[in-house]
Amino acid sequence: MDQVITLDYGSGGRKTAELIDELIVPALENEALRRLDDGAVLLGEEKLVFSTDSFVVSPRFFPGGDIGKLAVCGTVNDVAMCGGEPQYLSLSFIIEEGLPTAELKAIIASVAQAAKDAGVQIVTGDTKVVEKGKCDGIYINTAGVGFLRRENLSPDRIQVGDAVIVSGFVGDHGTAVMLAREPDLLESTIASDCAPLHRAAGKLWQLGDDLRVLRDPTRGGVATTLNEFTEKRCFSIELEEKGLPIRPSVHAACEILGLDPLYCANEGKLLAVVAADRAEEALSLLRGCGEGENAAVIGTVTARYPGKVVLKTAFGGTRVLSKLSGAQLPRIC
Amino acid sequence: MPCFERDWTAEQVCRAIRALPIGKARLMEVCGTHTVAIARSGIRRMLPPYVELLSGPGCPVCVTPASDIDAILALSAEQDIMIATYGDMLRVPGSRRGDSLRRRSTEGAQVRMVYSPLDAVALAERYPGKQVVFLGVGFETTAPGTAVAIAQAQAKNIQNFTVVPLLKTVEPALRALLRQPDFAVDGFLCPGHVAVITGAEAFRFLPEEYGRAAVVGGFEPMDILLSVYHLLRQLAEGKPTLENEYTRAVTANGNPLARQAVAQYFTPCDAVWRGLGSIPRSGLTLREEYRQFDAAARFGLPLGRAEKPSACRCGQVITGYCPPRECPLFGTVCLPENPVGPCMVSGEGACAAAYQYKEV
Amino acid sequence: MCLAVPLKIVELNGLDAVGEWEGVRRRIRVDFIPDPQVGQYVIVHAGFAIERLSERQALEDQQAFAEVENALL
Repeated sequence: MDQVITLDYGSGGRKTAELIDELIVPALENEALRRLDDGAVLLGEEKLVFSTDSFVVSPRFFPGGDIGKLAVCGTVNDVAMCGGEPQYLSLSFIIEEGLPTAELKAIIASVAQAAKDAGVQIVTGDTKVVEKGKCDGIYINTAGVGFLRRENLSPDRIQVGDAVIVSGFVGDHGTAVMLAREPDLLESTIASDCAPLHRAAGKLWQLGDDLRVLRDPTRGGVATTLNEFTEKRCFSIELEEKGLPIRPSVHAACEILGLDPLYCANEGKLLAVVAADRAEEALSLLRGCGEGENAAVIGTVTARYPGKVVLKTAFGGTRVLSKLSGAQLPRIC
Repeated sequence: MPCFERDWTAEQVCRAIRALPIGKARLMEVCGTHTVAIARSGIRRMLPPYVELLSGPGCPVCVTPASDIDAILALSAEQDIMIATYGDMLRVPGSRRGDSLRRRSTEGAQVRMVYSPLDAVALAERYPGKQVVFLGVGFETTAPGTAVAIAQAQAKNIQNFTVVPLLKTVEPALRALLRQPDFAVDGFLCPGHVAVITGAEAFRFLPEEYGRAAVVGGFEPMDILLSVYHLLRQLAEGKPTLENEYTRAVTANGNPLARQAVAQYFTPCDAVWRGLGSIPRSGLTLREEYRQFDAAARFGLPLGRAEKPSACRCGQVITGYCPPRECPLFGTVCLPENPVGPCMVSGEGACAAAYQYKEV
Repeated sequence: MCLAVPLKIVELNGLDAVGEWEGVRRRIRVDFIPDPQVGQYVIVHAGFAIERLSERQALEDQQAFAEVENALL
């Protein structure tokens, strides 16, 4: 392999084969992929969950993860949030010519590790190389298939009185990536929470119909995702500011930069709405797996403010949390 | 100046407020950080309905005229120019809708976000082939650091660093507001971090010359609630005066070292405020001997042109004549993701805060 | 304008310093603080310390930030 990825590696010829054979297949080793057919033939069951997502994060490497890990976890989590047990992933790279081969190798290693951790196989994929300036280093698309284990997870099933649970600290990923992108802003040890959520989701499926909905609050953060639940529906979600799990360092960084952790992205957290009398059980199920160690009940479903998400501030005031509008930017005023 | 009891609970303060014998009271805060703190903590809802909290011209981004933004946007498109700015300025639109530094950077302009003015000087050192142009917005609190940045560029003989002088001062703007006809504001929540520099005494003209209640307040919700209480108490007693609630940070006379730094590099000039027009001696510009660091002089920027009329009512919003919700564009045409006026742009603009932190 | 936060001076080298809060660090300048010392708390705006705070006041402020924003676990 050359030191950098050149357009030749996307030619479809010998160089492309070299890239696939030397870099990709050995790292992701499995029967279906090794055949290098145009697609994979898979063992299926009756109901499948199918999801896809594209990843363009900058910088490509950040504390707590990189674009490869994110590409696996992102799709695994989308499948899991729909009630699916993730099984197979596709993996497509769009690479800008000039990307150092060592970086690609590191990203693929990270993909392999994340896939192993999530218990999924990467069974098909594609690689394209585009001219310099046509993309930013590398973009990744993954699609994922899972077996449906828990049907009818939907905000439509949310009932007044239900409890709203988050599986851990809020705002880590968004803060970590912003600080990685702007390294001059602050120095910190804040790391992305990027992690697969299939285990945490799997535990909650045990609650049966008392688990109403699962969703991972990625872009737009917890506030935006909760708005997706309440929007155009006749219930409201009331959050208690006091109960929100926010890491002290994330809190401090957000205060210094004028950001709101409730609008910062998460990549390893889920929001669950469960029947009130199963909330404690849900918490102990979550706490029993690594990703849910700091799970907490953060709010209640009420009928008071239909369609809205309302935060009761620690100070005793109340305010509506809208969806995020425009990206959060650090501010001095 | 009295120091207030801090062991009251919010509920106790609210009860004390409701017990005050006052009618309708209009209070104005003139600091964007107050605007955001009020919105985020939900304080408005804790106050009786006859107490109105208005947002004045307290956000330096909001008061920067669109024509100044246009001049900066045009400069950003030139070769070898690198704009260094606080994040606040990135989304501010010029007079053409959707045109902002953020947009320009996707079209190839070099735009860097900084947290401190010294970060901009560091950029100039790192990119000697670029002209690094720092957008020097801010009030008294931000001006001293801007002065140090110029001092550092001078000491290091950095030739490719300039500042767009957009700094403004609060007192002349307050006086301009108070001179407006029918300006119906009874008291001012004075900006605590400006007062850290100027000293609380800088706001004594409010009660003494204009008969308005004045309290210098901190930024915790409790600070604000206590400040509101004392403003209303002054009104109830019929004796407007100056009080300092934020004694843990604000002294009577402020920070002389910071003011010296400003005085060495800057001199007052007339400045155009969005919504208020040109106000004599309300801006700070570089002294003649430091003109080499003045981006307006080096690049011939046409700053301070008169405003063009627009349907946007930001001007009336920041002068207290129009609540954000009464602007016909609010929340319909003018949204945080595609703002028409600057009050919707900055997170601490009156309209953005009203939109983002709607109260129930 | 003027977002400012209380930070503790943890390193000092002439007028350059490092301010810290919960392990988050920021290079700051102390040009406007007479006789700054490591261990002191200052209010920082746009990378500049603009006033000294007593430790008790600073912790109260940070605590109040904490109470208002969330409960720290």
